[in-house]
Amino acid sequence: MSTESIAWSTPQVAAQRPVVERLHDWVTTVDHKRLGILYILYALVFLVIGGVEATVLRIQLIRPHNDFVSPQVFNRMFTMHGTTMIFFAVMPILFGFANYLIPLMIGARDMAFPRLNAFSFWLTAFGGLLLYFSFVGGDGLYGAGNAPDVGWFAYAPLTSKTFSVGHSTDFWTLSLLVSGFGSIGTAINIITTVLCMRCPGMTLGRMPLLAWLNLTMAGLVVLAISPLTAAQLMLLVDRYLGGHFFDTQAGGSAVMWMHFFWVFGHPEVYVLVIPAFAFASEIIPVFSRKAIFGYPVMVAATICIAFIGMSVWAHHMFTVGMSAAGNTFFVLSTMAIAVPTGIKIFNWLATIWGGQIDFKTPMLFCVAFLFQFLIAGLTGIMLGAAPFNWQLGNSYFVIAHFHYVIVGAILFTLFGAFYYWFPKMSGRMYNEALGKLHFWLFVIGFHLTFDFMHIPGILGMPRRIYTYEPGRGWDTWNLIITIGVFFQAAGLLVFIGNLLWSYRRGKVAGSDPWDAWTLEWSTTSPPPTYNFATIPAIKSRRPLWDLKHPEDPDWQYE
Amino acid sequence: MSGRRKVAFAVVHIHVLIALVLGGAAVPAFAEPARAPWSPTNIFAPVSTPAEWIFDLSRFVLTVTAAIFAVVFSLLVYAVVKFRQRRGSNGREPAQVYGSTQVELAWTVIPILIVLVLFLAAARVIASIQNAARPSNAIEVTVIGHQFWWEYRYPSLKVVTANELHIPVSDPAHPTPTFLTLLSADTDHSFWVPRLAGKTDLIPNHPNSTWMDPRETGLYLGQCAQYCGTQHAKMLLRVYVQMPDEFDRWIQEQSRPAQISDTISEGQKIFERTACINCHAVRGTAANGRFGPDLTHLMSRDTIASGAALNTPDNLRRWVKDPSVIKPGSKMPAMGLSDPDLNAVTTYLESLR
Ligand code: HEC
Ligand SMILES: [Cu+2]
Repeated sequence: MSTESIAWSTPQVAAQRPVVERLHDWVTTVDHKRLGILYILYALVFLVIGGVEATVLRIQLIRPHNDFVSPQVFNRMFTMHGTTMIFFAVMPILFGFANYLIPLMIGARDMAFPRLNAFSFWLTAFGGLLLYFSFVGGDGLYGAGNAPDVGWFAYAPLTSKTFSVGHSTDFWTLSLLVSGFGSIGTAINIITTVLCMRCPGMTLGRMPLLAWLNLTMAGLVVLAISPLTAAQLMLLVDRYLGGHFFDTQAGGSAVMWMHFFWVFGHPEVYVLVIPAFAFASEIIPVFSRKAIFGYPVMVAATICIAFIGMSVWAHHMFTVGMSAAGNTFFVLSTMAIAVPTGIKIFNWLATIWGGQIDFKTPMLFCVAFLFQFLIAGLTGIMLGAAPFNWQLGNSYFVIAHFHYVIVGAILFTLFGAFYYWFPKMSGRMYNEALGKLHFWLFVIGFHLTFDFMHIPGILGMPRRIYTYEPGRGWDTWNLIITIGVFFQAAGLLVFIGNLLWSYRRGKVAGSDPWDAWTLEWSTTSPPPTYNFATIPAIKSRRPLWDLKHPEDPDWQYE
Repeated sequence: MSGRRKVAFAVVHIHVLIALVLGGAAVPAFAEPARAPWSPTNIFAPVSTPAEWIFDLSRFVLTVTAAIFAVVFSLLVYAVVKFRQRRGSNGREPAQVYGSTQVELAWTVIPILIVLVLFLAAARVIASIQNAARPSNAIEVTVIGHQFWWEYRYPSLKVVTANELHIPVSDPAHPTPTFLTLLSADTDHSFWVPRLAGKTDLIPNHPNSTWMDPRETGLYLGQCAQYCGTQHAKMLLRVYVQMPDEFDRWIQEQSRPAQISDTISEGQKIFERTACINCHAVRGTAANGRFGPDLTHLMSRDTIASGAALNTPDNLRRWVKDPSVIKPGSKMPAMGLSDPDLNAVTTYLESLR
């Protein structure tokens, strides 16, 4: 009797343990689910910070000759906004989902290297702190701080000692260096987990697409982060050891930095967008009630994107004076990537075709993603035509294009993923009405901001200017763009409010609220530390479909 | 040629009107930018060869992408509307379809063909712009980007000036294109005057080149398009495309040394004993600095500080007193001149015609 009551009351006891002890559990955890949630929470904080920075930028640009902030502050804000969003918001959120989901979806009890996992997370976390410490310590010993103001791709020679005095650039460099090692650790972990930890019966051809796509993403991380790390080391050598890699005043090469940066920077786009594809590839079938169309083609197209994606980097450099042959090559490779990307869109479309679409919040975000990603791809083709790029490059058109990718595609599917897996992670349902409110606010805000942002680019407005002259025909567009920001901010607040409220008050979700088909829905919500009491064995890509439809299982057709 | 531009946009440009109403009365002497629909920097209102070729390609690319958009967008809308879950659906799952090789082949091959066409179109334009022959009568200008202003040198014409580029209009029968050599004195910059040509970066240790062949006279605007530091936003470009005789006259005036009266004015003395001459050149005097703009014919320019302010006596005085009032972060320090000295120096600057 007494032992039994103790056993049953453990969860309550755990909840009553002192805060310090519970925090200690989180800090020392090596559980993939907890690390996944840590990544996600940490990244959400940076998403809000980066969003505030973007708002500052947009208020400054609301009208010509505005003086909401000084040029110096503006330049720091766009540098911090870009660096924060790419390295400390979107990437960690995606790693968080990968960490949380991959073992559950492949029927494993944890990642391959749990302690490397924790180490990677804390490196990334430390990197973010380093970046923001520049606000305090950027000027070295002078007391007042200042954040880096060299832009998120930090073109040489702006980063040399001559043009960047103080330590703000050092904080930028070191933070990317440190978090870069964290990313590589996570990538190695994902690769190993996917290759070695799958449950019995799960051949490569039966893995959920999410696992395939994250495997590809992790491969790209290893290939892409390494040159970035090398470049940061060279920059440090330049700044402290008298090196001249990028120091143009001593014969160094500014163009070499561009190559190093974009050999990282372009694959990085795919590092971010492939996991977004992964979410869409899980969510769209479930809410259309159909198996994904063309699974092998989806896998092949992804790998194809990754390979071609490694050879397109200089399309960020069409204006630096490459030879005609160089420009032509990069037009070809850039255009080529449209083919596998198009194939993916068509396969999602075919998945919906003939289905029964249930427009729950996750699906709403994924459907919006399809439309927005289509447009992002088409503006990408325009930018890929080098001569057109000579006009559009470095203008607000480019900003509109890549925010269509990063917000319209990646952030939208991420929101979809939040709503889709929130019941699994928390054990509770989110509030559907608030979810839809979030969706509509965000759709309106997104389109006000980023649709209209193409126009000043076409009208000759370059990026990274803290103010502009009246009489250029840019004023009205900039006003509309800024108005959209407030809708997005409101949407983000509703989203966070929804998560907080639902975490405490939401309806209990049960293990499989979506009537879904992959393994994570076969265990409790939230899953126990060990994920599965007995490791599952599977026969097809949709093991839960087979369970639910014994008369018509998938493995008969695959 | 002009019909095509009319097709693109046909809306009255309100901002130019407002600017004319507000600014026209006060300062009619300064050149106004050439009019274009929507914006004086509209990339779809080209008046010069590379920009026109790019515009042609853009229209082709836009047409193709618009067609793709129309098809895929309609399919998506159709699917989303048609296949939404009906209220009375009987709870049974729809038919499961796993894929189809023919369909996959179709939507692989068609995009490949489209991409090939787009690629060939782009490649042709790249070759014709980048391999354009340089006729012997081409005007040659060396553009040097500085934080945060532009230096222009006409090596064969012996002219050095700043911030306002003058080039001759080109007659299609006897083209006189302008070829620019692009250099940088410090960080990266980018030369972008949308109605004349696409942008090309100015990179230290990495000479670049570009060219333009304008068909219409007028003032064309642009600005630095590669982030170069604090005042990147106020590194504006002004290109004056002139009739050949006007251009020749301008060259003659610019190639004269500074017009100085025989008696050295008080202002000149102050200018020469203050650090001004370490950074500025006034040809024919002791001033031969190169860090800042050449001031020999300062008064021939409509603007100062790379377009940041109109070149009025008032603005000149404000600028010399404290450049950061007009352009915070500019590389010219406030020299802390007393008011009388300031007036004298301003008067001297105003004599540099
Ligand atoms: C440390 C170098 C330096 C010194 C000293 C200096 N200037 Fe300048 N000056 C510059 C630079 C650099 C610019 C261009 C600033 C910009 O546009 O961002 C400039 C711009 C100007 C311009 C505007 C030129 C144009 O066409 O746009 C004037 C006029 C001028 N300076 C006058 C003076 C006078 C008078 C003094 C002495 C009292 C002086 N400068 C001292 C560096 C200097
Ligand atoms: Cu510049």
